[in-house]
Amino acid sequence: MRRALRYVTCFALLGAVLAVLLVWNISAGSVYFAPGEILSALLSPPDGGIIWGIRLPRVLAAAILGGALSVSGFLLQTFFANPIAGPFVLGISSGAKLTVSLCMVLLLSRGVVISSMALILAAFAGSMLSMGFILLLSRRVRQMSMLVVSGVMIGYICSAVTDFVVTFADDSNIVNLHNWSLGSFSGTSWENVGLMALVVGAGLALSFLLSKPIGAYQMGEVYAQNMGVNIRRFRVELILLSSILSACVTAFAGPISFVGIAVPHLVKGLFRTARPVLIIPACFLGGAAFCLGCDLIARTAFAPRDMSISSVTAVFGAPVVLCLMASRRGGRGGNP
Amino acid sequence: MSGIKLRTENLTVGYSGRALIGDITLSLHQGQIMTLIGPNGAGKSTILKSVIRQLALVGGAVYLNGRDMAPMPEREVARRLSVLMTGHIHPELMTCFDVAATGRYPYTGRLGILSREDREKVSQCLELVHASGLAEQDFSRISDGQRQRVLLARALCQEPEVLVLDEPTSFLDIRHKLELLAILKDMVRLRQLAVLMSLHELDLAQKVSDWVVCVRGDRIDRQGPPEEIFSAEYIMELYGGTRGSYSALFGSLELERAAGEPEVFVIGGGGAGIPVYRRLQRQGVPFAAGVLPENDVDFPVAAALAARVVAERPFQSVGEEAFRQARAVMDRCRRVVCPLERFGPVNEKNRLLRDLARQAGKLEE
Repeated sequence: MRRALRYVTCFALLGAVLAVLLVWNISAGSVYFAPGEILSALLSPPDGGIIWGIRLPRVLAAAILGGALSVSGFLLQTFFANPIAGPFVLGISSGAKLTVSLCMVLLLSRGVVISSMALILAAFAGSMLSMGFILLLSRRVRQMSMLVVSGVMIGYICSAVTDFVVTFADDSNIVNLHNWSLGSFSGTSWENVGLMALVVGAGLALSFLLSKPIGAYQMGEVYAQNMGVNIRRFRVELILLSSILSACVTAFAGPISFVGIAVPHLVKGLFRTARPVLIIPACFLGGAAFCLGCDLIARTAFAPRDMSISSVTAVFGAPVVLCLMASRRGGRGGNP
Repeated sequence: MSGIKLRTENLTVGYSGRALIGDITLSLHQGQIMTLIGPNGAGKSTILKSVIRQLALVGGAVYLNGRDMAPMPEREVARRLSVLMTGHIHPELMTCFDVAATGRYPYTGRLGILSREDREKVSQCLELVHASGLAEQDFSRISDGQRQRVLLARALCQEPEVLVLDEPTSFLDIRHKLELLAILKDMVRLRQLAVLMSLHELDLAQKVSDWVVCVRGDRIDRQGPPEEIFSAEYIMELYGGTRGSYSALFGSLELERAAGEPEVFVIGGGGAGIPVYRRLQRQGVPFAAGVLPENDVDFPVAAALAARVVAERPFQSVGEEAFRQARAVMDRCRRVVCPLERFGPVNEKNRLLRDLARQAGKLEE
């Protein structure tokens, strides 16, 4: 019973923080809106004003994509039995970045307009490419730190190739590409929001439905199999889901660092459990709140200039990751 | 004998299609403990992993309740067979209750939420392994012995008919080894489980098993009830041991005897001799032991460690012939040790030997 109370309180807390940040994000900026104004604007039919046209889509994108990233991180951590696995450190975001830039440069220079769906698909292909490499390596490399180092290397290779591609791009493309590759939620359209809600919503729902085998998998592959998990199918499902979630983020907002590791860790600490049936929804809420907070800082700290979202998430996320690594070293049962 | 729970037929096991051990034919009955023994790397774990479908079979088949296991759905297997394997697991932020509760997996719904009945069963299983007090403790902070018990509770939560354990007693101290095997024995009796396991400890294997299977590199060398398997010669042969010996009676191991002509004569019997034999063996001093009836508790150890043993037939008083032999051996020794303190009609001659040694000034008092 005490546990149930704790979980309800934690969810309420996450929900409240998320709600406050949503409102704060909409109100803050070059033009300030009081909460009352926001409410009346939201109740009136959509128009092309600042709230409906600019702030709301951006806020929703930050929330949806932040949630997607941390769920993706949680899935990867389960898969590799490694608390510092995540889409960014494993080079999966960079793989997506590479294919998306390739797509942009090749198609935009020929005057072809790329749909958001095509971008997601390109990012997904890139994610799977990096993931494939990581999977190959993970068979040989058992140590968790070495796996992460391999991921970082893959990330560098992808970034190098991306830079190479960018050198050959037209000037007008470079500006676009450059902004995007740093990571930003700005310029999100309602069409984008709809699509990301669809993809992330589906990914989240499927992940949630997998929470039972994920819980079994946390006990290790041998026990999971003995409990009745079809390991081969489950591994494929996990890989596809985490890749599609992080690919969706990269397609719309560029690579965003550390959210995928920091948020699941913080959420597990808050709930004092790692049960997927609770942690998956909690990760989504936590990730949404984390990215909203970071985006708020990115937009307002040096206004009118936008910072890249990835710099802000790194400032808050990287220390969490460092703490995590340090505590694992000292604690029991560190290296799985 | 009751029904066969698990059966292998011409099973060939190995890694990535390469056969390691072939022609494995085993039948495990309800209420029976079958133990695999054999040297390190003989393939005991490989067999167990193949049986639980963690490794693909190279050939043959495994039958669970008479049905081929290969095409059986995971959940069906999970409800009949559960495992306790070696290798530490590191579940995050899980209490012992949570860990044991994962055994309910094949019985819970889509999201794996435990019903009241599930919770009761988990509590019962924890109680069976005497781990109720651990329920709320963090699994990563308990001792190895406690961890094995909680994992056994987890396996029991699956309500299996067959339990497969890979060296469940490794890393445990003697108290916890005995405790775990006692619990296992109880489970087999109470729930009529069929248990297939591998064990390193021969003494325990001999005592706990109903059927023993000897795994040796490329084949199953022998199988049978422990009385047939555990002979001193066979065990040394199975393990390829040349230095030392194995006592089938006690299931104990003795080191190699010191080589050479006996230097010390030990007058023992009734258990008094064993500590002296062991000390001399440690010091590398060859010694003779006597006079011991062959049914004396000192006899097997003396036979394993002494350069020479002067023995009398079982249930006989030490006779003239044995006395003469002992005296001849003792005369060639430089020292005599007599840990014996009490003498009676059966070993009266041993007192005589002691007195002779004392007269000769050889007796160490």
